[in-house]
Amino acid sequence: MRSIFKTSAAALAAATMLSGAAYADGHGVSGPLRIFSDMSNPAPRAVMEGMVERFTEANPGVEVELVITDREAWKTQIRNVLQSGTADIVNWYAGNRMAPYVEAGLFMDISDLWEEGGLTETLASTQGSMTMDDGIWGVPYTYYQWGVYYREDIFAELGLEAPTTWEEELSNCQAIVDSGRSCYTIGTQFLWTAGGWFDYLNMRTNGYDFHMELTAGEVPWTDDRVRATFENWQTLIDMGAFIDDHQSYSWQEALPFMVNGEATAYLMGNFAVAPLREAGLSDDQLGFYQFPQIDASIEPGEDAPTDTFHIAANAENVEAAEAFLLFVASAENQTLINNGDNLGQLPVNSEAGVDDDEFLNAGFDMLSNNAGGGIAQFFDRDAPAEMAQVAMQGFQQFMVDPSTLDQVLQILEGARQRIY
Amino acid sequence: MFPRPIQQYSPAARIGYQALLPFALLVWLIPLLAVMWFSVKSGDDFTQGNYWGWPEGGLEGVTNYWMVFAESDMPRYLWNSVVITVPTMIGAVALSCMTGFALGVYRFKGNLLIFFMFVAGNFVPFQILMVPVRDLTDQMGLYDTRMGLILFHIAFQTGFCTLFMRNFIRALPRELIEAARVEGVSEYRIFWYVVLPLMRPAIAALCVLIFTFIWNDFFWAVVLTQSPESQPVTAGITAFNAQFRAMYHLMSAGSIVAAIPPVAMFFLMQKHFIAGLTLGAVK
Amino acid sequence: MASVTTNPPITAATPTPPAPGPRRFSQQTIAPWLFLLPAFLFFATYVLVPIVQSFYISLYEWNGLYSPEYRAVEGSGLTDQACAELGNRAGREEGCELTGDTVWNAEYVGMENYANLYSDPFFWTSLKNNVIWLLLYFLAIPGGLFIALFLNQKVFGMRLYKSLFFFPFVLSQVVVGLVFSWFMLPGADEGLLNVILGWFGMGPVNILGNNTTATYGIIAAGLWPQTAYCMILYLTGLNAVDPEQIEAARLDGAKGPKMLWYVVLPQLWPATFIAIVVTVIGALRSFDLITIMTNGGPGFYNTSVLAFYMYDVALSEFGFRMGYGSAIAVILFLIMMVYIAGFLWKMWRDEKA
Repeated sequence: MRSIFKTSAAALAAATMLSGAAYADGHGVSGPLRIFSDMSNPAPRAVMEGMVERFTEANPGVEVELVITDREAWKTQIRNVLQSGTADIVNWYAGNRMAPYVEAGLFMDISDLWEEGGLTETLASTQGSMTMDDGIWGVPYTYYQWGVYYREDIFAELGLEAPTTWEEELSNCQAIVDSGRSCYTIGTQFLWTAGGWFDYLNMRTNGYDFHMELTAGEVPWTDDRVRATFENWQTLIDMGAFIDDHQSYSWQEALPFMVNGEATAYLMGNFAVAPLREAGLSDDQLGFYQFPQIDASIEPGEDAPTDTFHIAANAENVEAAEAFLLFVASAENQTLINNGDNLGQLPVNSEAGVDDDEFLNAGFDMLSNNAGGGIAQFFDRDAPAEMAQVAMQGFQQFMVDPSTLDQVLQILEGARQRIY
Repeated sequence: MFPRPIQQYSPAARIGYQALLPFALLVWLIPLLAVMWFSVKSGDDFTQGNYWGWPEGGLEGVTNYWMVFAESDMPRYLWNSVVITVPTMIGAVALSCMTGFALGVYRFKGNLLIFFMFVAGNFVPFQILMVPVRDLTDQMGLYDTRMGLILFHIAFQTGFCTLFMRNFIRALPRELIEAARVEGVSEYRIFWYVVLPLMRPAIAALCVLIFTFIWNDFFWAVVLTQSPESQPVTAGITAFNAQFRAMYHLMSAGSIVAAIPPVAMFFLMQKHFIAGLTLGAVK
Repeated sequence: MASVTTNPPITAATPTPPAPGPRRFSQQTIAPWLFLLPAFLFFATYVLVPIVQSFYISLYEWNGLYSPEYRAVEGSGLTDQACAELGNRAGREEGCELTGDTVWNAEYVGMENYANLYSDPFFWTSLKNNVIWLLLYFLAIPGGLFIALFLNQKVFGMRLYKSLFFFPFVLSQVVVGLVFSWFMLPGADEGLLNVILGWFGMGPVNILGNNTTATYGIIAAGLWPQTAYCMILYLTGLNAVDPEQIEAARLDGAKGPKMLWYVVLPQLWPATFIAIVVTVIGALRSFDLITIMTNGGPGFYNTSVLAFYMYDVALSEFGFRMGYGSAIAVILFLIMMVYIAGFLWKMWRDEKA
């Protein structure tokens, strides 16, 4: 039991008591509910609108006012929306990306909702990435796996199997390079793709826990273990594993290399599947494997960026907002919105079902059964913004010219000491 | 005349010069011609890596430009640019007619100081204004609106326009004003009926210049706006390019469309444009 | 962008006539202020006050956010102060309620931002690039002069040639940046530059993807419209060169470079002066091209300049360090002030003359 105080523009303060019963089902909530969403691409937009429709059907007393903003523009617009108090509910991301809003007190702490709504059970896998400063600040609605998407047909032609160990990886890659191709396509112009490579190499070389310590600023970048990660990376760079001029391409511009067969694989999020299929690759040509093990003693950690809903600290209709979050988090809703006809991603709720899609199933299986190390958000969501920016620039610089490693690590370490 | 007129050289030199001209122009404009070539090729050419060869599926210029207008936010961005540029042009020129008159005609203590303030303001780096102006615009509820951009542009351009107008008015024959004063004409009427008509060429030149500067502004567009509802075309083109990433035929058609209005303005108003730009290049 | 006049001031030959009467006198005293007022209000709000505010913000650490303000509920035993100190926990505290207002979420750090700038390698990279920009941008002046001399002939169609040489200047820097980045696309058969190099058996090169060459690639793009600008200044200047002096010099046997240096250039000084002024301004406003062509990369801000770095620190996706950004802006402003002061000094001298 707790009370929430709110003020309207007329400075009318009203206390609302929330009982446990209100959590169990959303009935009884009413009034206007203002939702600001970043689900602006066609499919996500339909999902968002569908959720609102189903929510208002179940809660006829609530009038939802939905504003959908362009996903990129939202990254700055959320600031204005939260500060001006025009929203009850907003979309955002899990992990350190929440930090500015949590620290400024702009998100509402919904630990109670997690406890009483049973979310600590159903959403347990992401509780860690929603927790900060002893509070839980939102609920996740979807996530997607990262991993290696590869050209099965070319692997077959060269007589290769999807690698599971580093040795297999290197010998595969050598064979691919010998055939005149690159092992991996990548476009690092916007930096974050290199962050994905670092995440995986570091989690495989040093483990998930070390990776989290590093992104939390607890380990110096000049540590030998970090160097070991970069050495593994350099092995690949030196053998010509990556395409040339990757620093000039976006991730989309790097796709044709894989489609044309000039490169055989792509370390990417599951969102790469759609454009690869559109470009003409059939599911026979396209395969997926988990990033190979490097140290057999290390449990694999995985990147699975999570998208979320939050209640604004200055929300006016907290009751309805909480009901909406519970609705979003429910297994039934998450099964529906993540299926192949909608988002085509993975539900977070452990009781939800996964759609029958080759890549979604592979991802779901990997994250449920083979991510013993832990689930990371992604480099730029786990590390603080400033550190993420500098470090990803450093990864790009290293990929372009590995001989600058010492300088890169010096700069990153300097940044770490300043930032944390 | 310097250099010596080509007519005084040998016929061979003359023909050589005439032949060299188009070639030099070609070299000078080659990056632009390359983009024009891109814009009439088909999308398949780029996915197949045929960047420069003859388009296999034939020329697709009409399709590409039609796509830009029909399937993207480009018309919206262009309209936003118009809605931002025209009021700014009117506002800044109107304000600076007044300041130019005040500083060019009257002698009073602090005249030069105020004039220098406007001149210096015109040169300050945008970055020193960025954070407070963004915050101010936000507080006024004008963030991500065209009005927010218009107000800022008017204020900032007033610096340059004042410099321009004041020097122009100073060069006007002062006797006209003195004569009007002797006649007992009020100061406001002197401004409106005596000075303003004489300023027409300056107003025309300044309008063309401000139109081009504001249309081409990118920095303030990204600082103060972010949605297709309010972004002008310079900022919109980056969103457009993100949407059509790697589709060079569309991206280049989009850039050409975005560039046309100021180019058209220049060719139509060439005399005023160059007069404004080179004012002072001759002693 | 600015063009500047160096017209000698028209000083009235006759001193202001004695005021005809008290009414007229006061109208002449008040009128200039009334004419100045609207523009001054605009200018103060958007230019003068923000400059002062930037200095102030540069002493703070601020992520650009305002926090909701809380106050104590009467009878809860808490004070407003206690609620404020709770920060993001205040929302959980029953004794605190929202006031509906916001508080500036900033922390005073004194000169710390400036101290950090000193040890920030990217600040120095950016400053170094600023110097490179400034130096190389001056190539636009001889370049513009060269083209102007080449085009200063009276032959058929010359007006159109001049317009076509000039018009890159009216393209927005965004379009110029896109045009040149496509011109320099990396693959051997992608960018036209590499195609042309290929004809001569050279390349391919990835100018914008290479740490050492990227800045020069962007400057080359910037020089294109800037040279056009200088060209038009010189063409106008050449029109006004005194033909008699040229003929006289010709009779003395001067020609070619000698003539240019000793006779023509001195007469072109007003054009050269404006060319210098606009080139310096142009070099310092390189933000657009850098954002479009490399976004500061590759690697660690290798093509950044102070204007870009400031924006990136303050407003990019991972930025929102407003205090630090303001400190960079202040440094940039102070550097510019040296130049502005020099310019104003020259204007002042001309006014006095």
